[in-house]
Amino acid sequence: MTTTTSHSLAIAAKGLRKAYGDKTVLDGIDLAVPTGTVFSLLGPNGAGKTTAVKILSTLVTADAGELHVGGHDLAVAPQAVRAAIGVTGQFSAVDGLITGEENMLLMADLHHLPRQEGRRTAAELLERFDLTEAAKKPASTYSGGMKRRLDLAMTLVGDPRIIFLDEPTTGLDPRSRHNMWGIIRGLVADGVSVFLTTQYLEEADELADRIAVLHDGTIAAEGSAEELKRLVPGGHVRLRFTDPVAYRSAAAALREVTRDDEALTLQIPSDGSQRELRSILDWLDSAGVEADELTVHTPDLDDVFFALTGPTTSQSSQSKESVR
Amino acid sequence: MSALSLAVRDSSTMLRRNLLHVRRYPSMTLNLLLTPIMLLLLFVYIFGDVMSAGIGGGGADRSAYIAYIVPGLLMMTIGSTVIGSAIAVSMDMTEGLIARFRTLAIYRGSLLVGHVVGGVLQVLASLVLVGAVAVAIGFRSTDATALEWLAAFGLLTLFSLALTWIAVGMGMASPNPEAASNMAMPLILLPLISSAFIPADTMPGWFQPIAEYQPFTPAIETLRGLLLGTEIGDNGWIAVAWCVGLSVLGYRWSTAQFNRDPK
Repeated sequence: MTTTTSHSLAIAAKGLRKAYGDKTVLDGIDLAVPTGTVFSLLGPNGAGKTTAVKILSTLVTADAGELHVGGHDLAVAPQAVRAAIGVTGQFSAVDGLITGEENMLLMADLHHLPRQEGRRTAAELLERFDLTEAAKKPASTYSGGMKRRLDLAMTLVGDPRIIFLDEPTTGLDPRSRHNMWGIIRGLVADGVSVFLTTQYLEEADELADRIAVLHDGTIAAEGSAEELKRLVPGGHVRLRFTDPVAYRSAAAALREVTRDDEALTLQIPSDGSQRELRSILDWLDSAGVEADELTVHTPDLDDVFFALTGPTTSQSSQSKESVR
Repeated sequence: MSALSLAVRDSSTMLRRNLLHVRRYPSMTLNLLLTPIMLLLLFVYIFGDVMSAGIGGGGADRSAYIAYIVPGLLMMTIGSTVIGSAIAVSMDMTEGLIARFRTLAIYRGSLLVGHVVGGVLQVLASLVLVGAVAVAIGFRSTDATALEWLAAFGLLTLFSLALTWIAVGMGMASPNPEAASNMAMPLILLPLISSAFIPADTMPGWFQPIAEYQPFTPAIETLRGLLLGTEIGDNGWIAVAWCVGLSVLGYRWSTAQFNRDPK
Protein backbone atom coordinates (compact mmCIF):
# COMPACT_ATOMS: atom_id res chain seq x y z
CA MET A 1 0.00 0.00 0.00
CA THR A 2 1.16 3.50 -0.66
CA THR A 3 1.94 5.55 2.38
CA THR A 4 1.29 9.24 2.53
CA THR A 5 1.55 12.00 5.02
CA SER A 6 -2.08 12.99 4.64
CA HIS A 7 -3.79 10.15 6.51
CA SER A 8 -6.37 12.40 8.11
CA LEU A 9 -7.47 13.70 4.72
CA ALA A 10 -9.96 11.69 2.68
CA ILE A 11 -9.23 13.80 -0.36
CA ALA A 12 -6.21 16.01 -0.94
CA ALA A 13 -5.51 17.90 -4.16
CA LYS A 14 -2.70 20.35 -4.82
CA GLY A 15 -2.54 22.35 -8.02
CA LEU A 16 -5.24 20.34 -9.81
CA ARG A 17 -5.23 21.44 -13.41
CA LYS A 18 -7.27 20.31 -16.41
CA ALA A 19 -7.83 21.82 -19.83
CA TYR A 20 -9.84 20.61 -22.81
CA GLY A 21 -8.10 22.08 -25.82
CA ASP A 22 -7.59 25.80 -25.14
CA LYS A 23 -10.32 25.87 -22.51
CA THR A 24 -8.91 25.67 -19.00
CA VAL A 25 -11.55 24.03 -16.85
CA LEU A 26 -9.62 23.75 -13.59
CA ASP A 27 -6.79 26.21 -13.15
CA GLY A 28 -4.65 24.75 -10.37
CA ILE A 29 -7.10 24.32 -7.52
CA ASP A 30 -6.29 23.01 -4.02
CA LEU A 31 -8.77 20.89 -2.09
CA ALA A 32 -8.56 19.26 1.34
CA VAL A 33 -11.39 17.12 2.69
CA PRO A 34 -10.82 15.82 6.24
CA THR A 35 -12.00 12.24 6.84
CA GLY A 36 -15.60 11.98 7.99
CA THR A 37 -16.70 15.41 6.77
CA VAL A 38 -18.90 16.72 4.00
CA PHE A 39 -17.20 18.98 1.50
CA SER A 40 -19.27 20.83 -1.02
CA LEU A 41 -18.06 22.21 -4.30
CA LEU A 42 -20.45 24.94 -5.28
CA GLY A 43 -20.61 26.68 -8.60
CA PRO A 44 -22.76 27.62 -11.56
CA ASN A 45 -23.23 25.30 -14.53
CA GLY A 46 -20.00 24.82 -16.43
CA ALA A 47 -17.78 25.96 -13.56
CA GLY A 48 -15.85 22.66 -13.61
CA LYS A 49 -17.53 20.85 -10.71
CA THR A 50 -18.20 17.68 -12.67
CA THR A 51 -14.69 17.72 -14.13
CA ALA A 52 -13.27 17.85 -10.59
CA VAL A 53 -15.40 14.84 -9.60
CA LYS A 54 -14.45 12.93 -12.74
CA ILE A 55 -10.76 13.46 -12.05
CA LEU A 56 -10.88 12.62 -8.34
CA SER A 57 -12.95 9.50 -9.05
CA THR A 58 -10.35 8.21 -11.60
CA LEU A 59 -12.64 8.67 -14.59
CA VAL A 60 -10.52 11.30 -16.29
CA THR A 61 -6.81 12.00 -15.88
CA ALA A 62 -5.65 15.41 -14.69
CA ASP A 63 -3.12 17.47 -16.63
CA ALA A 64 -1.26 18.35 -13.45
CA GLY A 65 -1.61 18.18 -9.71
CA GLU A 66 -0.68 16.11 -6.70
CA LEU A 67 -3.84 14.14 -5.99
CA HIS A 68 -4.56 11.72 -3.16
CA VAL A 69 -7.84 10.00 -2.42
CA GLY A 70 -8.14 7.69 0.57
CA GLY A 71 -4.39 8.03 1.04
CA HIS A 72 -3.64 6.64 -2.44
CA ASP A 73 -1.94 8.57 -5.20
CA LEU A 74 -4.33 8.86 -8.15
CA ALA A 75 -1.54 8.71 -10.69
CA VAL A 76 0.16 5.67 -9.15
CA ALA A 77 -2.63 3.54 -7.74
CA PRO A 78 -5.95 4.34 -9.41
CA GLN A 79 -7.26 0.83 -8.73
CA ALA A 80 -6.65 1.29 -4.95
CA VAL A 81 -8.53 4.60 -5.14
CA ARG A 82 -11.42 2.87 -6.93
CA ALA A 83 -11.59 0.28 -4.16
CA ALA A 84 -12.01 3.05 -1.58
CA ILE A 85 -14.60 5.22 -3.29
CA GLY A 86 -18.20 5.21 -4.41
CA VAL A 87 -19.46 7.53 -7.13
CA THR A 88 -22.95 8.72 -7.92
CA GLY A 89 -22.71 10.79 -11.05
CA GLN A 90 -24.97 13.45 -12.44
CA PHE A 91 -26.59 11.09 -14.92
CA SER A 92 -28.41 8.07 -13.67
CA ALA A 93 -26.00 5.14 -13.62
CA VAL A 94 -28.47 2.31 -13.38
CA ASP A 95 -29.10 -0.43 -15.92
CA GLY A 96 -32.64 0.30 -17.06
CA LEU A 97 -33.10 -3.03 -18.81
CA ILE A 98 -32.87 -5.11 -15.64
CA THR A 99 -34.70 -4.88 -12.31
CA GLY A 100 -33.63 -2.85 -9.29
CA GLU A 101 -32.72 -6.04 -7.47
CA GLU A 102 -30.66 -7.30 -10.42
CA ASN A 103 -28.84 -3.96 -10.52
CA MET A 104 -27.95 -4.42 -6.84
CA LEU A 105 -26.78 -8.01 -7.35
CA LEU A 106 -24.70 -6.89 -10.34
CA MET A 107 -22.91 -4.44 -8.05
CA ALA A 108 -22.46 -7.12 -5.39
CA ASP A 109 -20.84 -9.40 -8.00
CA LEU A 110 -18.58 -6.60 -9.24
CA HIS A 111 -17.48 -6.00 -5.63
CA HIS A 112 -16.72 -9.73 -5.39
CA LEU A 113 -19.03 -10.29 -2.45
CA PRO A 114 -19.86 -13.93 -1.71
CA ARG A 115 -23.32 -14.86 -3.03
CA GLN A 116 -25.03 -14.96 0.37
CA GLU A 117 -23.52 -11.69 1.54
CA GLY A 118 -24.35 -10.05 -1.79
CA ARG A 119 -28.01 -11.03 -1.52
CA ARG A 120 -28.17 -9.82 2.07
CA THR A 121 -26.49 -6.47 1.27
CA ALA A 122 -28.77 -5.93 -1.74
CA ALA A 123 -31.90 -6.67 0.29
CA GLU A 124 -30.78 -4.43 3.17
CA LEU A 125 -30.00 -1.47 0.92
CA LEU A 126 -33.22 -1.84 -1.08
CA GLU A 127 -35.09 -1.83 2.23
CA ARG A 128 -33.15 1.19 3.51
CA PHE A 129 -33.87 3.17 0.35
CA ASP A 130 -37.53 2.20 0.33
CA LEU A 131 -37.22 0.24 -2.92
CA THR A 132 -38.21 -3.24 -1.74
CA GLU A 133 -41.64 -2.98 -3.33
CA ALA A 134 -40.20 -1.96 -6.71
CA ALA A 135 -37.26 -4.37 -6.53
CA LYS A 136 -38.65 -6.80 -9.12
CA LYS A 137 -39.54 -4.09 -11.66
CA PRO A 138 -37.23 -2.93 -14.47
CA ALA A 139 -35.27 0.15 -13.39
CA SER A 140 -36.39 2.00 -16.55
CA THR A 141 -39.90 2.16 -15.06
CA TYR A 142 -38.70 3.99 -11.90
CA SER A 143 -39.48 7.65 -11.21
CA GLY A 144 -36.63 10.19 -11.08
CA GLY A 145 -36.43 10.05 -7.30
CA MET A 146 -36.47 6.24 -7.26
CA LYS A 147 -33.71 6.09 -9.88
CA ARG A 148 -31.55 8.41 -7.77
CA ARG A 149 -32.16 6.27 -4.69
CA LEU A 150 -31.31 3.09 -6.59
CA ASP A 151 -28.24 4.85 -7.98
CA LEU A 152 -27.04 5.74 -4.49
CA ALA A 153 -27.94 2.30 -3.13
CA MET A 154 -25.74 0.77 -5.88
CA THR A 155 -22.92 3.11 -4.90
CA LEU A 156 -23.12 1.89 -1.31
CA VAL A 157 -22.86 -1.84 -2.10
CA GLY A 158 -19.12 -2.02 -1.54
CA ASP A 159 -19.38 0.01 1.69
CA PRO A 160 -17.15 2.80 0.34
CA ARG A 161 -15.59 5.16 2.90
CA ILE A 162 -15.41 8.10 0.49
CA ILE A 163 -18.41 9.00 -1.62
CA PHE A 164 -18.63 11.43 -4.53
CA LEU A 165 -22.07 12.85 -5.19
CA ASP A 166 -22.31 14.95 -8.33
CA GLU A 167 -25.45 17.09 -8.07
CA PRO A 168 -27.39 14.34 -6.30
CA THR A 169 -30.67 16.24 -6.06
CA THR A 170 -30.80 18.05 -9.41
CA GLY A 171 -34.21 17.46 -10.92
CA LEU A 172 -35.77 16.04 -7.78
CA ASP A 173 -39.00 17.31 -6.25
CA PRO A 174 -38.74 18.93 -2.77
CA ARG A 175 -39.80 15.80 -0.89
CA SER A 176 -37.29 13.59 -2.71
CA ARG A 177 -34.64 16.24 -2.14
CA HIS A 178 -35.26 16.24 1.60
CA ASN A 179 -35.22 12.44 1.59
CA MET A 180 -31.85 12.52 -0.16
CA TRP A 181 -30.50 14.97 2.40
CA GLY A 182 -31.61 12.62 5.17
CA ILE A 183 -29.82 9.75 3.46
CA ILE A 184 -26.62 11.78 3.08
CA ARG A 185 -26.72 12.82 6.76
CA GLY A 186 -27.10 9.13 7.64
CA LEU A 187 -23.96 8.30 5.68
CA VAL A 188 -21.98 11.01 7.43
CA ALA A 189 -23.19 9.70 10.79
CA ASP A 190 -21.59 6.37 9.82
CA GLY A 191 -18.26 8.15 9.35
CA VAL A 192 -18.28 8.31 5.55
CA SER A 193 -16.53 11.26 3.88
CA VAL A 194 -18.66 12.98 1.26
CA PHE A 195 -17.57 15.12 -1.68
CA LEU A 196 -20.69 16.86 -2.89
CA THR A 197 -21.20 19.15 -5.85
CA THR A 198 -24.31 21.23 -6.11
CA GLN A 199 -25.68 24.37 -7.63
CA TYR A 200 -28.16 24.72 -4.78
CA LEU A 201 -26.78 26.96 -2.06
CA GLU A 202 -29.39 25.74 0.35
CA GLU A 203 -28.11 22.22 -0.12
CA ALA A 204 -24.50 23.15 0.63
CA ASP A 205 -25.71 25.15 3.64
CA GLU A 206 -27.73 22.18 4.92
CA LEU A 207 -25.14 19.47 4.48
CA ALA A 208 -21.60 20.70 4.13
CA ASP A 209 -18.97 21.23 6.81
CA ARG A 210 -16.89 23.15 4.33
CA ILE A 211 -17.84 24.81 1.09
CA ALA A 212 -15.67 25.90 -1.80
CA VAL A 213 -17.08 28.18 -4.45
CA LEU A 214 -15.72 27.28 -7.86
CA HIS A 215 -15.73 30.00 -10.46
CA ASP A 216 -13.89 30.24 -13.76
CA GLY A 217 -11.70 27.26 -12.86
CA THR A 218 -10.46 28.64 -9.56
CA ILE A 219 -11.68 28.51 -5.97
CA ALA A 220 -13.23 31.94 -5.44
CA ALA A 221 -13.77 31.38 -1.71
CA GLU A 222 -13.64 28.57 0.79
CA GLY A 223 -14.87 28.08 4.34
CA SER A 224 -17.85 27.06 6.42
CA ALA A 225 -21.22 28.41 5.38
CA GLU A 226 -21.01 30.97 8.21
CA GLU A 227 -17.53 32.11 7.21
CA LEU A 228 -18.61 32.56 3.61
CA LYS A 229 -21.65 34.56 4.61
CA ARG A 230 -19.46 36.97 6.56
CA LEU A 231 -17.49 37.68 3.39
CA VAL A 232 -20.21 39.72 1.80
CA PRO A 233 -22.17 42.77 2.86
CA GLY A 234 -25.93 42.60 2.72
CA GLY A 235 -26.94 42.09 6.36
CA HIS A 236 -29.76 44.35 7.46
CA VAL A 237 -32.64 44.84 9.84
CA ARG A 238 -36.01 45.02 8.13
CA LEU A 239 -38.95 46.96 9.56
CA ARG A 240 -42.38 46.19 8.18
CA PHE A 241 -45.41 48.40 8.65
CA THR A 242 -49.07 47.78 7.96
CA ASP A 243 -50.21 51.39 8.34
CA PRO A 244 -49.00 53.67 5.48
CA VAL A 245 -49.15 56.72 7.76
CA ALA A 246 -46.89 55.09 10.37
CA TYR A 247 -44.60 53.96 7.54
CA ARG A 248 -44.26 57.47 6.10
CA SER A 249 -43.56 59.12 9.47
CA ALA A 250 -40.98 56.41 10.31
CA ALA A 251 -39.29 56.87 6.93
CA ALA A 252 -39.15 60.62 7.50
CA ALA A 253 -37.74 60.19 11.02
CA LEU A 254 -35.07 57.64 10.11
CA ARG A 255 -33.86 59.11 6.80
CA GLU A 256 -30.68 57.06 6.17
CA VAL A 257 -32.57 53.89 5.39
CA THR A 258 -33.55 52.06 2.23
CA ARG A 259 -37.25 52.46 1.51
CA ASP A 260 -39.60 50.06 -0.17
CA ASP A 261 -42.82 52.06 -0.55
CA GLU A 262 -44.70 49.14 -2.16
CA ALA A 263 -44.10 46.70 0.67
CA LEU A 264 -44.08 49.35 3.38
CA THR A 265 -40.70 48.17 4.62
CA LEU A 266 -37.54 49.94 5.66
CA GLN A 267 -34.06 48.40 5.65
CA ILE A 268 -31.32 49.47 8.06
CA PRO A 269 -27.82 48.14 7.34
CA SER A 270 -26.55 45.87 10.14
CA ASP A 271 -24.18 42.97 10.65
CA GLY A 272 -26.73 41.35 12.93
CA SER A 273 -24.60 41.53 16.10
CA GLN A 274 -26.26 42.03 19.47
CA ARG A 275 -24.50 45.36 20.03
CA GLU A 276 -25.68 46.85 16.73
CA LEU A 277 -29.15 45.50 17.19
CA ARG A 278 -29.43 47.19 20.57
CA SER A 279 -28.30 50.53 19.21
CA ILE A 280 -30.81 50.27 16.38
CA LEU A 281 -33.60 49.54 18.86
CA ASP A 282 -32.52 52.51 21.00
CA TRP A 283 -32.51 54.70 17.91
CA LEU A 284 -36.00 53.52 16.92
CA ASP A 285 -37.27 54.19 20.44
CA SER A 286 -35.86 57.69 20.57
CA ALA A 287 -37.35 58.43 17.13
CA GLY A 288 -40.70 57.14 18.31
CA VAL A 289 -40.92 54.50 15.57
CA GLU A 290 -42.92 51.37 16.23
CA ALA A 291 -42.85 48.77 13.44
CA ASP A 292 -45.32 45.90 13.17
CA GLU A 293 -42.54 43.43 12.48
CA LEU A 294 -38.78 43.48 12.85
CA THR A 295 -36.59 40.85 11.19
CA VAL A 296 -32.83 40.47 11.14
CA HIS A 297 -31.55 39.40 7.75
CA THR A 298 -28.04 37.91 7.63
CA PRO A 299 -26.53 37.37 4.19
CA ASP A 300 -27.33 33.88 2.91
CA LEU A 301 -25.26 31.81 0.53
CA ASP A 302 -27.23 33.24 -2.39
CA ASP A 303 -25.71 36.65 -1.60
CA VAL A 304 -22.26 35.08 -1.36
CA PHE A 305 -22.73 33.16 -4.55
CA PHE A 306 -23.83 36.15 -6.58
CA ALA A 307 -21.14 38.37 -5.09
CA LEU A 308 -18.40 35.83 -5.90
CA THR A 309 -19.55 34.48 -9.23
CA GLY A 310 -21.40 37.47 -10.63
CA PRO A 311 -20.35 39.16 -13.86
CA THR A 312 -18.68 42.02 -11.95
CA THR A 313 -16.20 39.63 -10.33
CA SER A 314 -15.23 38.03 -13.60
CA GLN A 315 -14.85 41.47 -15.16
CA SER A 316 -12.52 42.65 -12.43
CA SER A 317 -10.50 39.43 -12.63
CA GLN A 318 -10.28 39.92 -16.37
CA SER A 319 -9.02 43.46 -15.97
CA LYS A 320 -6.51 42.19 -13.41
CA GLU A 321 -5.33 39.66 -15.97
CA SER A 322 -4.89 42.31 -18.64
CA VAL A 323 -2.88 44.44 -16.19
CA ARG A 324 -0.61 41.46 -15.59
CA MET B 1 -7.48 -12.67 -5.87
CA SER B 2 -5.02 -13.11 -8.70
CA ALA B 3 -5.21 -10.84 -11.71
CA LEU B 4 -6.38 -13.66 -13.98
CA SER B 5 -9.15 -14.93 -11.73
CA LEU B 6 -10.27 -11.33 -11.20
CA ALA B 7 -10.43 -10.84 -14.97
CA VAL B 8 -12.38 -14.07 -15.46
CA ARG B 9 -14.77 -13.30 -12.62
CA ASP B 10 -15.54 -9.73 -13.70
CA SER B 11 -15.85 -10.68 -17.36
CA SER B 12 -18.29 -13.47 -16.52
CA THR B 13 -20.33 -11.04 -14.39
CA MET B 14 -20.55 -8.71 -17.39
CA LEU B 15 -21.39 -11.66 -19.65
CA ARG B 16 -24.23 -12.68 -17.32
CA ARG B 17 -25.55 -9.13 -17.50
CA ASN B 18 -25.56 -9.21 -21.31
CA LEU B 19 -27.25 -12.61 -21.45
CA LEU B 20 -29.85 -11.33 -19.00
CA HIS B 21 -30.57 -8.45 -21.41
CA VAL B 22 -31.01 -10.90 -24.29
CA ARG B 23 -33.28 -13.11 -22.21
CA ARG B 24 -35.40 -10.15 -21.10
CA TYR B 25 -35.60 -8.57 -24.53
CA PRO B 26 -35.34 -11.36 -27.11
CA SER B 27 -37.16 -9.27 -29.72
CA MET B 28 -33.98 -7.53 -30.88
CA THR B 29 -32.11 -10.79 -31.53
CA LEU B 30 -35.15 -12.27 -33.26
CA ASN B 31 -35.53 -9.15 -35.43
CA LEU B 32 -31.95 -9.44 -36.58
CA LEU B 33 -32.60 -13.11 -37.43
CA LEU B 34 -35.50 -12.22 -39.69
CA THR B 35 -33.33 -10.94 -42.55
CA PRO B 36 -31.33 -14.14 -43.20
CA ILE B 37 -34.35 -16.41 -42.72
CA MET B 38 -36.51 -14.26 -44.99
CA LEU B 39 -33.81 -14.19 -47.68
CA LEU B 40 -33.41 -17.96 -47.40
CA LEU B 41 -37.12 -18.57 -47.98
CA LEU B 42 -37.34 -15.88 -50.68
CA PHE B 43 -34.43 -17.19 -52.72
CA VAL B 44 -35.45 -20.84 -52.39
CA TYR B 45 -39.22 -20.64 -52.90
CA ILE B 46 -39.70 -17.52 -55.03
CA PHE B 47 -36.48 -17.14 -57.06
CA GLY B 48 -35.39 -20.73 -56.62
CA ASP B 49 -36.32 -22.20 -60.02
CA VAL B 50 -34.57 -19.49 -62.02
CA MET B 51 -31.54 -19.36 -59.70
CA SER B 52 -30.99 -23.10 -59.72
CA ALA B 53 -31.24 -23.16 -63.52
CA GLY B 54 -28.42 -20.58 -63.54
CA ILE B 55 -25.93 -22.32 -61.27
CA GLY B 56 -26.36 -25.99 -62.15
CA GLY B 57 -25.63 -25.55 -65.85
CA GLY B 58 -29.33 -25.96 -66.68
CA GLY B 59 -30.32 -29.28 -65.19
CA ALA B 60 -30.07 -28.58 -61.45
CA ASP B 61 -33.19 -28.71 -59.30
CA ARG B 62 -34.18 -26.59 -56.37
CA SER B 63 -32.40 -28.77 -53.76
CA ALA B 64 -29.07 -28.03 -55.43
CA TYR B 65 -29.70 -24.34 -54.99
CA ILE B 66 -30.66 -24.83 -51.32
CA ALA B 67 -27.32 -26.55 -50.82
CA TYR B 68 -25.59 -23.65 -52.60
CA ILE B 69 -27.03 -20.76 -50.61
CA VAL B 70 -27.23 -22.20 -47.07
CA PRO B 71 -23.50 -21.71 -46.31
CA GLY B 72 -23.80 -18.11 -47.55
CA LEU B 73 -26.84 -17.46 -45.41
CA LEU B 74 -25.15 -18.92 -42.33
CA MET B 75 -22.33 -16.39 -42.81
CA MET B 76 -24.88 -13.66 -43.43
CA THR B 77 -26.58 -14.60 -40.15
CA ILE B 78 -23.32 -13.79 -38.40
CA GLY B 79 -23.14 -10.40 -40.13
CA SER B 80 -26.69 -9.47 -39.18
CA THR B 81 -26.65 -10.75 -35.59
CA VAL B 82 -23.51 -8.83 -34.58
CA ILE B 83 -25.37 -5.57 -35.28
CA GLY B 84 -27.00 -6.31 -31.92
CA SER B 85 -23.60 -6.14 -30.25
CA ALA B 86 -22.84 -2.76 -31.86
CA ILE B 87 -26.16 -1.41 -30.57
CA ALA B 88 -25.72 -2.90 -27.09
CA VAL B 89 -22.20 -1.47 -26.71
CA SER B 90 -23.33 1.94 -27.91
CA MET B 91 -26.24 1.91 -25.44
CA ASP B 92 -23.83 1.12 -22.61
CA MET B 93 -21.41 3.86 -23.63
CA THR B 94 -24.06 6.58 -23.84
CA GLU B 95 -25.47 5.86 -20.39
CA GLY B 96 -24.16 6.89 -16.97
CA LEU B 97 -23.62 3.24 -16.15
CA ILE B 98 -20.31 3.15 -18.01
CA ALA B 99 -18.91 5.82 -15.67
CA ARG B 100 -19.89 3.64 -12.73
CA PHE B 101 -18.11 0.62 -14.21
CA ARG B 102 -14.99 2.69 -14.87
CA THR B 103 -14.81 3.83 -11.24
CA LEU B 104 -15.04 0.30 -9.82
CA ALA B 105 -11.97 -1.72 -8.89
CA ILE B 106 -12.73 -4.35 -11.54
CA TYR B 107 -10.81 -5.82 -14.47
CA ARG B 108 -10.89 -2.98 -16.97
CA GLY B 109 -11.53 -5.06 -20.05
CA SER B 110 -14.42 -6.97 -18.48
CA LEU B 111 -17.14 -4.90 -20.12
CA LEU B 112 -15.73 -5.48 -23.63
CA VAL B 113 -14.95 -9.15 -23.02
CA GLY B 114 -18.49 -9.62 -21.68
CA HIS B 115 -19.92 -8.05 -24.83
CA VAL B 116 -17.73 -10.09 -27.16
CA VAL B 117 -18.34 -13.46 -25.50
CA GLY B 118 -22.04 -12.65 -25.17
CA GLY B 119 -22.15 -11.56 -28.82
CA VAL B 120 -20.48 -14.77 -30.06
CA LEU B 121 -22.86 -16.94 -27.99
CA GLN B 122 -25.81 -15.03 -29.45
CA VAL B 123 -24.51 -15.55 -32.98
CA LEU B 124 -24.04 -19.28 -32.37
CA ALA B 125 -27.62 -19.56 -31.08
CA SER B 126 -28.85 -17.72 -34.17
CA LEU B 127 -26.83 -20.04 -36.41
CA VAL B 128 -28.56 -23.03 -34.82
CA LEU B 129 -31.96 -21.48 -35.58
CA VAL B 130 -31.13 -20.59 -39.19
CA GLY B 131 -29.53 -24.04 -39.62
CA ALA B 132 -32.71 -25.66 -38.32
CA VAL B 133 -34.80 -23.75 -40.87
CA ALA B 134 -32.35 -24.79 -43.60
CA VAL B 135 -32.65 -28.47 -42.64
CA ALA B 136 -36.43 -28.13 -42.47
CA ILE B 137 -36.61 -26.94 -46.09
CA GLY B 138 -34.35 -29.71 -47.31
CA PHE B 139 -30.68 -28.80 -46.71
CA ARG B 140 -28.55 -31.92 -46.22
CA SER B 141 -24.82 -32.30 -45.67
CA THR B 142 -24.45 -36.05 -45.78
CA ASP B 143 -20.96 -36.20 -47.27
CA ALA B 144 -19.18 -34.18 -44.57
CA THR B 145 -17.01 -36.12 -42.11
CA ALA B 146 -16.99 -35.42 -38.36
CA LEU B 147 -13.70 -33.58 -38.80
CA GLU B 148 -15.19 -31.38 -41.52
CA TRP B 149 -18.16 -30.60 -39.28
CA LEU B 150 -15.79 -29.66 -36.51
CA ALA B 151 -13.81 -27.43 -38.88
CA ALA B 152 -17.04 -25.82 -40.12
CA PHE B 153 -18.06 -25.09 -36.53
CA GLY B 154 -14.60 -23.69 -35.84
CA LEU B 155 -14.76 -21.44 -38.90
CA LEU B 156 -18.22 -20.13 -37.99
CA THR B 157 -17.04 -19.39 -34.44
CA LEU B 158 -13.88 -17.67 -35.62
CA PHE B 159 -15.80 -15.57 -38.14
CA SER B 160 -18.33 -14.66 -35.41
CA LEU B 161 -15.51 -13.59 -33.11
CA ALA B 162 -13.95 -11.41 -35.81
CA LEU B 163 -17.19 -9.65 -36.77
CA THR B 164 -18.25 -9.24 -33.12
CA TRP B 165 -15.00 -7.42 -32.29
CA ILE B 166 -15.55 -5.16 -35.32
CA ALA B 167 -19.15 -4.54 -34.22
CA VAL B 168 -18.01 -3.72 -30.67
CA GLY B 169 -15.56 -1.19 -32.13
CA MET B 170 -18.39 0.32 -34.20
CA GLY B 171 -20.56 0.53 -31.08
CA MET B 172 -17.76 2.34 -29.24
CA ALA B 173 -17.26 4.77 -32.12
CA SER B 174 -20.94 5.69 -32.44
CA PRO B 175 -22.48 8.63 -30.59
CA ASN B 176 -25.80 6.79 -30.11
CA PRO B 177 -27.45 3.40 -30.75
CA GLU B 178 -29.08 4.58 -34.02
CA ALA B 179 -25.71 5.58 -35.41
CA ALA B 180 -24.27 2.24 -34.29
CA SER B 181 -26.99 0.41 -36.16
CA ASN B 182 -26.27 2.43 -39.32
CA MET B 183 -22.53 2.00 -39.03
CA ALA B 184 -22.93 -1.77 -38.79
CA MET B 185 -25.06 -1.97 -41.95
CA PRO B 186 -22.12 -3.01 -44.19
CA LEU B 187 -21.90 -6.22 -42.16
CA ILE B 188 -25.29 -7.23 -43.55
CA LEU B 189 -24.75 -5.72 -47.03
CA LEU B 190 -21.35 -7.30 -47.74
CA PRO B 191 -22.73 -10.84 -48.03
CA LEU B 192 -25.18 -9.61 -50.71
CA ILE B 193 -22.22 -8.74 -52.92
CA SER B 194 -20.31 -11.94 -52.14
CA SER B 195 -20.64 -15.43 -53.52
CA ALA B 196 -23.52 -16.13 -51.12
CA PHE B 197 -26.29 -16.17 -53.75
CA ILE B 198 -24.48 -16.70 -57.07
CA PRO B 199 -20.93 -17.85 -57.87
CA ALA B 200 -18.49 -14.96 -58.15
CA ASP B 201 -17.33 -16.11 -61.61
CA THR B 202 -20.85 -15.62 -63.04
CA MET B 203 -20.77 -11.94 -62.08
CA PRO B 204 -19.74 -9.19 -64.54
CA GLY B 205 -15.97 -9.08 -64.87
CA TRP B 206 -15.53 -5.62 -63.41
CA PHE B 207 -17.51 -6.64 -60.33
CA GLN B 208 -15.70 -9.89 -59.58
CA PRO B 209 -12.82 -8.30 -57.60
CA ILE B 210 -15.37 -6.58 -55.31
CA ALA B 211 -16.96 -9.95 -54.57
CA GLU B 212 -13.65 -11.76 -54.18
CA TYR B 213 -11.59 -9.36 -52.08
CA GLN B 214 -13.82 -9.20 -49.03
CA PRO B 215 -14.10 -11.48 -46.00
CA PHE B 216 -17.44 -13.11 -46.79
CA THR B 217 -16.55 -14.80 -50.10
CA PRO B 218 -13.55 -16.85 -48.90
CA ALA B 219 -15.38 -17.72 -45.66
CA ILE B 220 -18.48 -18.84 -47.58
CA GLU B 221 -16.43 -20.84 -50.11
CA THR B 222 -14.57 -22.58 -47.30
CA LEU B 223 -17.80 -23.44 -45.47
CA ARG B 224 -19.28 -24.75 -48.73
CA GLY B 225 -16.24 -26.92 -49.22
CA LEU B 226 -16.43 -28.32 -45.70
CA LEU B 227 -20.18 -29.04 -45.77
CA LEU B 228 -20.68 -29.99 -49.43
CA GLY B 229 -17.30 -31.20 -50.58
CA THR B 230 -16.68 -28.47 -53.20
CA GLU B 231 -13.17 -27.23 -53.96
CA ILE B 232 -11.76 -25.06 -51.12
CA GLY B 233 -8.35 -24.24 -52.57
CA ASP B 234 -6.69 -21.17 -51.03
CA ASN B 235 -9.97 -19.94 -49.61
CA GLY B 236 -9.40 -21.76 -46.30
CA TRP B 237 -6.22 -19.87 -45.47
CA ILE B 238 -7.57 -16.60 -46.80
CA ALA B 239 -10.69 -16.95 -44.64
CA VAL B 240 -8.66 -17.69 -41.51
CA ALA B 241 -6.38 -14.73 -42.27
CA TRP B 242 -9.41 -12.43 -42.63
CA CYS B 243 -10.79 -13.70 -39.29
CA VAL B 244 -7.52 -13.21 -37.43
CA GLY B 245 -6.91 -9.82 -39.06
CA LEU B 246 -10.40 -8.50 -38.32
CA SER B 247 -10.27 -9.82 -34.73
CA VAL B 248 -6.99 -8.08 -34.01
CA LEU B 249 -8.15 -4.89 -35.70
CA GLY B 250 -11.49 -4.88 -33.85
CA TYR B 251 -9.80 -5.65 -30.53
CA ARG B 252 -7.23 -2.88 -30.93
CA TRP B 253 -9.83 -0.38 -32.13
CA SER B 254 -12.25 -1.17 -29.29
CA THR B 255 -9.72 -1.13 -26.47
CA ALA B 256 -8.08 2.07 -27.72
CA GLN B 257 -11.46 3.79 -27.70
CA PHE B 258 -12.38 2.34 -24.31
CA ASN B 259 -9.14 3.45 -22.69
CA ARG B 260 -9.45 7.00 -23.98
CA ASP B 261 -10.61 9.54 -21.37
CA PRO B 262 -14.37 10.03 -21.60
CA LYS B 263 -15.55 13.55 -22.40
